[in-house]
Amino acid sequence: MNSAKTSWMRIETGEEKKAKNPVAMAEHRKEKTPSFSLSSDFHRTGAMIRLFKVKEKQRELAENANGGAPVKKQSPGELRLHKDISELNLPKSCAITFPNGKDNLMNFEVSIRPDEGYYFGGTFLFSFQVSPIYPHEAPKVKCKTKVYHPNIDLEGNVCLNILREDWKPVLNINTVIYGLYHLFTEPNYEDPLNHEAAAVLRDNPKMFESNVRRAMSGGYVGQNFFARCI
Amino acid sequence: MADSAPPSKSRDLDKLLLRPGNLVGPTFDPGVQLRDDLQEYARVLVVGAGGLGCELLKDLALSGFKNLEVIDMDRIEVTNLNRQFLFRLEDVGKPKAEVAAKRVMERISGVNIVPHFCRIEDKDIGFYNDFNIIALGLDSIEARSYINAVACSFLEYDSDDNPREETMKPMVDGGTEGFKGHARVIVPGVTPCFECTIWLFPPQVKFPLCTLAETPRNAAHCIEYAHLIKWDEVHSGKAFDPDNPDHMKWVYDEAVKRAELFGIPGVTYSLTQGVVKNIIPAIASTNAIISAACTLETLKIASGCSKTLSNYLTYNGVEGLHTKVTEFVKDNDCLVCGPGVLIELDTTVTLKKFIDMLEEHPKLLMTKASITYHGKNLYMQAPPILEEMTRSNLELPLYDLMDKIPKGVLHVTGTVDRGNRKSSGLRKLRVVYKGIDGVTDMDMAGGA
Repeated sequence: MNSAKTSWMRIETGEEKKAKNPVAMAEHRKEKTPSFSLSSDFHRTGAMIRLFKVKEKQRELAENANGGAPVKKQSPGELRLHKDISELNLPKSCAITFPNGKDNLMNFEVSIRPDEGYYFGGTFLFSFQVSPIYPHEAPKVKCKTKVYHPNIDLEGNVCLNILREDWKPVLNINTVIYGLYHLFTEPNYEDPLNHEAAAVLRDNPKMFESNVRRAMSGGYVGQNFFARCI
Repeated sequence: MADSAPPSKSRDLDKLLLRPGNLVGPTFDPGVQLRDDLQEYARVLVVGAGGLGCELLKDLALSGFKNLEVIDMDRIEVTNLNRQFLFRLEDVGKPKAEVAAKRVMERISGVNIVPHFCRIEDKDIGFYNDFNIIALGLDSIEARSYINAVACSFLEYDSDDNPREETMKPMVDGGTEGFKGHARVIVPGVTPCFECTIWLFPPQVKFPLCTLAETPRNAAHCIEYAHLIKWDEVHSGKAFDPDNPDHMKWVYDEAVKRAELFGIPGVTYSLTQGVVKNIIPAIASTNAIISAACTLETLKIASGCSKTLSNYLTYNGVEGLHTKVTEFVKDNDCLVCGPGVLIELDTTVTLKKFIDMLEEHPKLLMTKASITYHGKNLYMQAPPILEEMTRSNLELPLYDLMDKIPKGVLHVTGTVDRGNRKSSGLRKLRVVYKGIDGVTDMDMAGGA
């Protein structure tokens, strides 16, 4: 249903062409799945009704002796997230906390304290929500601190390409956090979520600087009030 | 004149089940016993009672499966009625699973269908284990990933890393999208599972937020602006509910305003629903075709009456009809269905000792390992805050941390050093404890 699948299928077709007869097919399959030397999936299992009958007769009996009812394992998303978190290598300016304890990594917070640029000295809190099908889906990130910034709106939506259109499963939490940090050291007026802030940054950087300072110290910029975060 | 007895209801099925053939499986045993056994012993779960689910229930019941159950968390809506043929106008608002079960039982004698009006996550794992085959009529990657993980969690491997047949839980997964569809057979341990091939999906279409905010160019941009940005501005705090018609109407109205502002045509209410809920218009015939393929595979798996689809069929009816079957290959390193690495331990081994052992294990060679077990993070090397929180586990026996059961599955992640190349790895481990409950010493043989 999608171009990635189709192109993969073309490659497989080429390989199938190489293995035209059943013997070659078996050899070809042997290479890929060394544990099975039979020539098709079907022959591996045969008609399962005989197994179903046996199972049905056992159903009323006690759970199997080796450890009781099966327990659900973690979703692959949680496992991949576990890997990303255990490999985190954050700069001093970024800190991570887990408000739901050490066993719930799917929801966490990151606070960023830029050590240079317009936002030097402020502390900005982001919430991360990771889906069970991570990394197929990007983490959902929102800024919890009200900030005067061209790429972050007043509701906390963050315009960062890797969170949306440029997300790839090969990226990880570390790259997202670095991306967020970068927003503070290099805000840009070309991808604005806050048009006024973007316009000021573009046309009058000195005023932008003082607006940012005023907002971080607690104060008004235009009609909007910003709580102190420095 | 032909004799007056009407043809038997199972006339067509009998042609497959009562006589030998050239495409049958190795253990196929034709006869009335087989037909009766399927009726009595085969238990099939249909997941979803929507477009595919309705067709699956009908097809399975007519194919001789008499013990069916169906699970669906949704209620019937008017837009379902063009294809979810078990439902009528007066059923709108009722739970799909219940109405579907009732209608099929009314029309087909002898079948018993138990409906479950709830989310798939609300059921215990044991519920799923009671079925022999699971047929999926789902509409999202997330739901398929969940069921796949559950079905594959029953799979066990022997000490030679071969899957044990009696623990395989076959699934038949169907999906449709407009004129296109797929049907696949998943036998955990034999064919690739859903997770083995999940990397084939392309990333979802996501517009940059700034495009939505500044430079919309098409109707979808206007709709997503209203849905993702304007909603929060006006209703901050209140979550947007795509199933609430008032919410949807609000988004539609805002999208229209935005489109007028930028001179963009094409915003309609139905496009709004499509963009917000990711809906693609559904067609009855695609559902019928895919369901037929899935049902046939279910019949083949259970009875052995013919060679099963191996293992992924795609259908495209956009112009003419095209189907193709591709044999995808299992990923031996799959975290969900793969065997993992077998590790044999004493019950006295501490977590710290175990982490050190991983460095030496020839199949792993993993340093600085972090360990997780069933959602519990036993030890995290980083970040510092988690390392502190889990440090106390290092002195405890791993056996205790794993609920003192004779065998279990762990996942470890760390740095893998292959000579001059370091990379990070995430591996599944099958841990077996020596000397418990008659588990005999197995030859670890350095993981050979």
